Amino acid sequence: MSQLKMTVNGAPVDVNVPESRYLSEVLREDLRLTGTKIGCNEAECGICTVLVNGIPVVSCVYPAFKAQGATVETIENLSQDGSLHALQQAFLDHGAVQCGICTPGLIMTAKGLLDRKGAAGEPLSEDDIRVALKDSYCRCTGYQSVINAILQASGQDVPPYLPETQEPGLAIGKAQPNPNALAKITGEARFTDDYKFPGMLYARTKRAGVPHARVRSIETAAARELEGVHAVLTHADIPGRNAHGVVSIDWPVLCGVKVRYVGDAVAIVAADSEEIAAAALELIQVDYEELPAVTDAIEAAKPDSPLVHEERPDGNLLKHIKVKKGDIDAGFADADVVIDQTYRTPTTEHLFLEPECSIGVPAGYVPTTFGGLCDALAVRGETAKHDKTTIYVGSQIPYGDRDQTAATLGKDPEDVRVVATLMGGGFGGKEDIVGQIHAALLAEATQRPVKMLYSRQESLLVHPKRHATIIRIRTGATRDGKLTGVQATLYGDGGAYASLSEKVLTRATTHATGPYDVPNVKVDCFALYTNNVPCGAFRGFGVTQSCFAVESNMDMLAEKLGLDAVEFRRMNALDVGSTTSTGQVMRESVGLNECIDKVDHDMRSGDFRWTWDEGHRRFAWGVGVGYKNTGLGGGAPDKATAEVEAWHDPDKGLLAEVRISSAEMGQGLPAVLAACAAEELGIPTEHVSVLLGDTDHCPDGGPTTASRQSYVSGNAARLAAKEVARQLAAAEPGARVKVQHEYWAPKTKPLGAGGDMHVAFGFCAQAALCEIDMRSGEVAVRKIVAAHDVGRALNPLTLEGQIEGGIVMCIGYTLSEHYIQEDGVPWTNVMARYKAPNITHAPKIISHIVEHNTAAGPFGAKGVGELPSIPTSSAITNAIYRATGVRVRSLPVDQDELLRAIRSEATEVELAWGDVKPIPVINFGGEQ
Amino acid sequence: MTSNSTSRWRSYHKPETVEEALELLRHYDGSARVIGGGTDILVEARRGLRRPIDAIVDATGLAGLDTIQHDQDYIVIGCGVTHTQIVSDARIIRYGACLAESCGVIGGPQVRNTGTLAGNVAHALPAGDGTIGLLALGGEVEISSTTGTRWMPAKDTFIGPGKSVIDRHREVLTRLRFKPAGTREGSAFHRVMRPQGLCLPIISMAARLEVDGDIVTAASISMGPVGPVPWFAEPVAAVLVGGTTSTEQYEKAVELVLDSVTLRSSKYRATSEYRATMIRTYLPIILANAAERAGANQ
Repeated sequence: MSQLKMTVNGAPVDVNVPESRYLSEVLREDLRLTGTKIGCNEAECGICTVLVNGIPVVSCVYPAFKAQGATVETIENLSQDGSLHALQQAFLDHGAVQCGICTPGLIMTAKGLLDRKGAAGEPLSEDDIRVALKDSYCRCTGYQSVINAILQASGQDVPPYLPETQEPGLAIGKAQPNPNALAKITGEARFTDDYKFPGMLYARTKRAGVPHARVRSIETAAARELEGVHAVLTHADIPGRNAHGVVSIDWPVLCGVKVRYVGDAVAIVAADSEEIAAAALELIQVDYEELPAVTDAIEAAKPDSPLVHEERPDGNLLKHIKVKKGDIDAGFADADVVIDQTYRTPTTEHLFLEPECSIGVPAGYVPTTFGGLCDALAVRGETAKHDKTTIYVGSQIPYGDRDQTAATLGKDPEDVRVVATLMGGGFGGKEDIVGQIHAALLAEATQRPVKMLYSRQESLLVHPKRHATIIRIRTGATRDGKLTGVQATLYGDGGAYASLSEKVLTRATTHATGPYDVPNVKVDCFALYTNNVPCGAFRGFGVTQSCFAVESNMDMLAEKLGLDAVEFRRMNALDVGSTTSTGQVMRESVGLNECIDKVDHDMRSGDFRWTWDEGHRRFAWGVGVGYKNTGLGGGAPDKATAEVEAWHDPDKGLLAEVRISSAEMGQGLPAVLAACAAEELGIPTEHVSVLLGDTDHCPDGGPTTASRQSYVSGNAARLAAKEVARQLAAAEPGARVKVQHEYWAPKTKPLGAGGDMHVAFGFCAQAALCEIDMRSGEVAVRKIVAAHDVGRALNPLTLEGQIEGGIVMCIGYTLSEHYIQEDGVPWTNVMARYKAPNITHAPKIISHIVEHNTAAGPFGAKGVGELPSIPTSSAITNAIYRATGVRVRSLPVDQDELLRAIRSEATEVELAWGDVKPIPVINFGGEQ
Repeated sequence: MTSNSTSRWRSYHKPETVEEALELLRHYDGSARVIGGGTDILVEARRGLRRPIDAIVDATGLAGLDTIQHDQDYIVIGCGVTHTQIVSDARIIRYGACLAESCGVIGGPQVRNTGTLAGNVAHALPAGDGTIGLLALGGEVEISSTTGTRWMPAKDTFIGPGKSVIDRHREVLTRLRFKPAGTREGSAFHRVMRPQGLCLPIISMAARLEVDGDIVTAASISMGPVGPVPWFAEPVAAVLVGGTTSTEQYEKAVELVLDSVTLRSSKYRATSEYRATMIRTYLPIILANAAERAGANQ
C-alpha cells in the first residue's frame, strides 16, 4: 500500500492503495466514482476513458500510480452548479444516449477533443470527431447522433436529425429524450456493477474448458480451504431444479454429469475478493472423460454424429420447422427463370458494452450487520428491504429470471424478487439466464450479498450468440417479373442448449420468402444441437440471416430478367390483400411500397448512377428490403400488465407513474410508456414517471423481445391510464387512483394452422452506397437511405436512434463481425478479436418514417427494435456485386477473397472472413 | 480471462532521472520491467498472459525525456514522448513524414495518448507501426545501462518477435533519433488493415527517398510483418539508386522485395498472396509519394 495523490475533478485526493491498482479501479472502487464504466479491461472499447492532465486515456489499463500528482477528470465533473456541460446537453438533445454504458466514455473523449481544439483556436470538423473517437465504442446509436451532438457542442448549428412524422398529439409523436438519459450523461446512472452492498462477496465460475465431456468427479476441498473463500458450490449443492432455459429447460445450472460446451458452469465460488475467487477456481479439480464433439450443424444432423443430449428422441435435431404454401413443383414449372444459391451466415456476438452482472442478496439480509447502510436505494427508498432472495440484474426477462431462480432454489416464485438495474445493452443477448441463479445460490449459501460480474472474456465465452446458418434458396419468376415460387432449406447451429433456437429459426423460416407475395412456397429448417456455444435471440431473430439469402437471390433474378432491381421488388411486394407464406392475409398496415418509393426516390435524385469510379475507388448502390413480425405470435399467449397510479401534486398538478416489469436496454421504453400514459391522462410526458423491472412492484410485462414492448406494454400502459383518467373524472378532486390493466395482444395462430400468425409486421427498404477500394478489396459503406414502416412514430427521437443503431449493427454483421470457433473452442476469446463497427465505419444515414397505422397498436404503432438490422447486409452485398461483378455468398465480407475474385474475374466469393471450409452442398428438404 | 492482480506487479516506480531508473533496475536485479505507456504490456498483463513481475519502472517521467528536440544533426525523441506528440509535431511532419504517418495509425487515439515510440521500438513486434516508420528514416536508439550509454541503429535491436537486444529488465531505451530529411529527401508510409477482429496489420510499409531532379540518390524501405523482426534492407533499396523516379524503377524494387522476404499466410489475417499483392500495389505508391515529397522539398 502506498500513498497516491491526485487532483480528481478539482479536489485533492490522497488514498492509500496497492501500487498494482489501475486508475479505473481507484476511481470506481476507492473513490466510488462509478460514472467511469468498464467494458473490456483490454483497452479496446474506450468506455472507461477519462482525462489525465486533459488528455483522454483508457483508465482500465492505466496504472493508477502513473497518475501520481496528475489532474484527473471524470464524467462526474462535467455538470457544474446544476447546469449541464454543452456536450451533455447536446447528447441529450440529439438522442445520442441509449443504454448509457458508453456515454461517459464518449463524452470524455469528446471533451478532450473539444478542449484541445478550443485551446488551439481551431474549428471542429466531422473528420476530427471520427479520428478522436475511433476507439470509443457505442453499440446502440450508430454514431450519427453522437457526431451531430459533438458538432453542436462545439458551437455549430446542428439540429437533431429527425425524420418527418405524423402530427404529434399531446405526448405521442413528440421527439423527447428518454427519461433516464439525464442520469446517463452525468455519470449518476448506475448499472449492476456500480452497486456495492455491505458485506458483499465476489463470485467466479469454474468453466468446462472442453466442448464435450463426461464429468467423472469434481474435487473442491482445496478451494474451500483457501482463506477468504466463503462457499464453493457444485451440482450437489442445488436445492431445487438443476436446469434452466427460456423455452426448454435443458441447460444445467451447474453441470454434474456432462459438459456440452466450453462455457458450461461446473462450480461457483464466493470469496472476499475477486482475486481470491479466481485463485480458488484454480484449486478446483474436475476429472473429465472427454467425448467426441460435434461442432457443425450439418454433421450434427447425420445419424452417426456424437449426441449432445443422449436422452432426446430426435438425436441432435432440436426442431424441423416447415413452411408450405401452394404447390412448389407447379411454382417452378411456371417459372421462366430460376436462381438457386447457397449462402452462409456467421455466428455473431451482441457485444453489449456492459458485461453481465448479477448481485444476489439473501432473504433476511440486514446491511447494518456488516457495518453499513445499503447503497441500493436505487431500488426505491421505502422498499429497499430484503425480506426475500433478491437479484439485482439488467435482464430482458425479469419475471422469467425470478421464476427460474425460484425453481433452482426450491422456493416459491413469490419468495424471490428480481430488481432490474439499468442494462448496458441487450440486443437479445440478455434473455437467457447467465449469472442470476448462481448469484442467488451463493447469496443464500453464504448469507451475504454476492456479486457475479463477468469479465468481457467470460461474456464472450458464455452467453448465447446469433445462429450461424447455411441457407440454400431457389427463387423462380416469370419473364414479366412475377415470383412463382420459393424453396429453401436452412440449417441453424443452435449450440449446446435450446435457448431460443426453435423460435429464432422459426422466424428465419417463415420470413424466408422475404416480404413478397409468393404463391408457392416450401421451406424446411433444421435447428440442431452442437457442442458450440449456444445460440439464441439476437436483434432480427433469424430474419437477419434469411433476408441476406432472399435479397441476394432477388437481385440476381432481377438481373437475369433484365429488370430494375427496385421495380422487381415493387412488383412483388406484399400489400394489403396479399397472403404471406404462412397463409396470413394482410388486412392493413403494409407500408412496404411506400418504403420502397421513398428510398428509390432519394437514391435516384440528382445525377444518379448505379455505379461509378473515382480513381481506384468504385462506388455503387445496392438495395435490400425486409420485414419483421411484431410480438411473439405463433399462438403464444402475448400479454402485458401495467399499473398506472395518478395523484395530484400541489405544484405540478396531476402526476402519474407507470409500473411494469418490461426491460429498458437503451431502446427508450420509458419514454414510450410515459408518452402512452401521458396522452391518455392529458398531461405532459415529463409528469409521468416510469418504474420498470422490479417484480415486487411491477406487474409482468413479459419478455423484452420480438419488437413487442411498444405494442404490448405500450397498450397496457395506455389502457391502464385510460381507466385511471375515467376514474379520476368520476372521483373527488385530489383523489389518488391506481389501476392495473392486463392487455392481451390479438390472438395468433401457430405455424401450419394458417390465419394470423402475427399481430403485425414492420416493413423497410434500405439502399446502401458502398465504396470498394479496387486496389485492396476494402469495402466501406458511405451512405444508407432507409425507410421504415413502424405504424406510428411514438417518439421520433428514440425511434431514429433505434433505426440508426440497427443499421450500423447490421453493417458490422456484413463487414466485420464473426464469432469464430475452432472445434468447439472460441478463437474469439477477447474483445480485440471481435470488431463491432466504430465511428469510422458509420455511414451517413438518411431515414424516412412511414406510418401505416395498425389498428390494434398503441396509437397505431408496430415494433421497430429489430427491423432496421435486417436488410442492410443484402443492400451492401448487392452494391458490391454491382461494383465488382462478384456475388458475396458468405458474411462477413473478406477483402482478401474479394480482391482475388475481382482480379481473377471470378463471379462469386464463397469464403467469408474466418471461414476455413467451403459452403457444403445441401439438398432441399434435408435428405442427404 | 483473469483480470485480477495476481498477474500484475507489486511496486510501481516512476523515476525522475535515468540514474534513478537504473538504480531501481539494479536493485530489482532482473525482476523489474521498464515500460513506456505500457499499452502493450499492461493489456497482456490484464489478460493474464504475462507472468507477474515484482516492479514496473515507468520511463515516461524521466526529466528532459518527454520532448522532441531538433539539435544540429538529429531530431531527438525522448522515451517519454507519446505517439500523439509525434503525430502533431511540425518538425517530424516536415522532416520525417513517414514516422508521423506511422505513429498516427497505432492503436486508437487514447492508446496513442499514452503509448510511446520508445516502447513501440523496445517491444520489438515484427510490424510495430512506429518502428516501421522509424526504420525507413535510418533511426537510432540510445540505450542506457549501468555500464554506460550507447547509440545503435534501431534495425539492429530486433532479434525475434517481441525480442530485443535491449534488456528491458536492466536497461532503458532513453532516446531515439533520426537525421532530418534534407532538402532533396521525402518519406511516406502506408498500412493495410482489415476491419475484422485483428489489431495487427496485414502489411505496413515505409520508404524514404533522396532525389536529384528525377534521379534517386539514396533510398530505404522498411516493412512488416514479413519475418520475425521488422524488415529493413538497404541492398533492396539500393536498386533504386541511380535510377529515375519512375514506376518501372519502383516495380523493380517491388520484385526485389518479394524475392528477399518470406511472406506467410497467417490465419484470419491474410494470405501470403494478398500480402504480395499489397506490396505490389502500395510500395510503388509509397515510393512515388516519397519522391513527390522530396521534389517538393527541393
